[in-house]
Amino acid sequence: MTGTLAAVGAGLAVIGAGIGLGQIGGKAMEAIARQPEASGDIRGAMLIMAAFIEGAALIAILLSIFIQ
Amino acid sequence: MKQFLIFFSLLLSITMTAQQHDHDHDHDHSGHDHSSHAHEGDHSADHETHEANHFASDCGSPAKVIHREGYDPAATAIHHISDANVLTIMDMIRIPLPAIIYNKDRGLELFSTGKFAAGHHDNGHYGYKDYVLYEGNIHRITCSDFKASDKFEVQGFDTGHATNAEGKDIEKRYAIINGKGYNIEQKTIWDGGLLGGGVTSFYDLSPTKNVVTMFIVALLIFLVFRSVAKSYSNRDGQAPSGLQSLLEPMVVFIKDEVAIPFLKHKHKKYLPLLLTIFFFILGLNLWGQVPFLGSVNVSGSLTVTMVMALIVFVITNINGNSHYWGHIFNFPGVPWFVKMILTPVEILGLFIKPLTLMLRLAGNISAGHIAILSFVGLIFIFGKAGESFAGSMIGTGLAIPLTLFMMAIELIVAFIQAYVFTILTASYIGAAIEDHDDHH
Repeated sequence: MTGTLAAVGAGLAVIGAGIGLGQIGGKAMEAIARQPEASGDIRGAMLIMAAFIEGAALIAILLSIFIQ
Repeated sequence: MKQFLIFFSLLLSITMTAQQHDHDHDHDHSGHDHSSHAHEGDHSADHETHEANHFASDCGSPAKVIHREGYDPAATAIHHISDANVLTIMDMIRIPLPAIIYNKDRGLELFSTGKFAAGHHDNGHYGYKDYVLYEGNIHRITCSDFKASDKFEVQGFDTGHATNAEGKDIEKRYAIINGKGYNIEQKTIWDGGLLGGGVTSFYDLSPTKNVVTMFIVALLIFLVFRSVAKSYSNRDGQAPSGLQSLLEPMVVFIKDEVAIPFLKHKHKKYLPLLLTIFFFILGLNLWGQVPFLGSVNVSGSLTVTMVMALIVFVITNINGNSHYWGHIFNFPGVPWFVKMILTPVEILGLFIKPLTLMLRLAGNISAGHIAILSFVGLIFIFGKAGESFAGSMIGTGLAIPLTLFMMAIELIVAFIQAYVFTILTASYIGAAIEDHDDHH
């Protein structure tokens, strides 16, 4: 087997981000289904929150690329 | 159906060209170094083993060019998303760029990277003074006994491993000149050492392909907006037409959905900044999406996004009012022992905001480029790096739909990331300039 522990770290970070993004997406869909008239606001907030989570995951991934 | 056939035959010919090219490359190199002919027989022997050329740190030790067999997808992807001193289109057309180099011994030097006569993998066939071109980047030969001349032939490059003073395993790179290996310095691009670089004995101030692309995109944006602005004054009161109807919804979207909700009545002051950020990032993202334009990865380069994040950081903090600073250093309404934890966290948050801004954009765009390159790499993985034609056909059949799918996603990502960068900028500035009516 080849590879480093950093790659495992990157994978773990992606799992976390995947769960988080799924939660955000799912809840946003629910919210839009409940209140379709507020879909614009919900979509904007969803994208911002998704960007925050993605940012955390990307820091982990980039660090694992550069540290190995 | 006819169109499909034409399309398919075009793809076939591309695959064949790629194959042909790979063989050409082999011939090309054997022409350069006769010593490697003897080596060619035992290809399988040094397959993946890094034997031979065991020159640990001594300059001028005998070395020969080794053909690296096999295809390394990770190294290829990193090479393609890195910045370079030549602009390569489809590995055939190479546009030399000016090189501006400052070193302490000789001062400022100005020359064209055309002097290196870059070939396959953007490796230079010739050297200039003591500079060589390795994988598109200018490197300097560090050996003190190397005699610099205006033109010398470089037979090839090799890498090896060595242990540095701290006992760490580091990669060493060598240029092979006249059958001798000479150490070359690590990356020269100002990436802060993040992309495998290091501190070098010279400063490379050259406009690299990323810089050239940025200028092109900036000029393009300027021309487009100039013409649109003109048509607003010429066609006053009429319905928008052409480029106007493309750009007007975007500008209105940024104004109504990004600027006004976060910046309230002060949005007029910051709207030009937000629009500039949005269209510049969008332009760079889309330019990076176009194949065969030098495969630039500008908005995926950490240095570029770092400067953009730095601009946002400076503007946010210059315009921050007393409430903003009060919330950082002296959070109102909490006891002192909470403040002792809260203040460092808030100060940390001050720097983490631009840091994530920088990493998010660079990471997203780079990740997209790496994914596309990996899918294209399937052709070479299945084709055993140009040996098996049938395998490469299977690879092509897999690579085309996957690459098209990835490109479609990247097109959405290009817009979303430009939007996210803009909306986060607006929210950071909005938080810094917000008027509080003391409702804590």
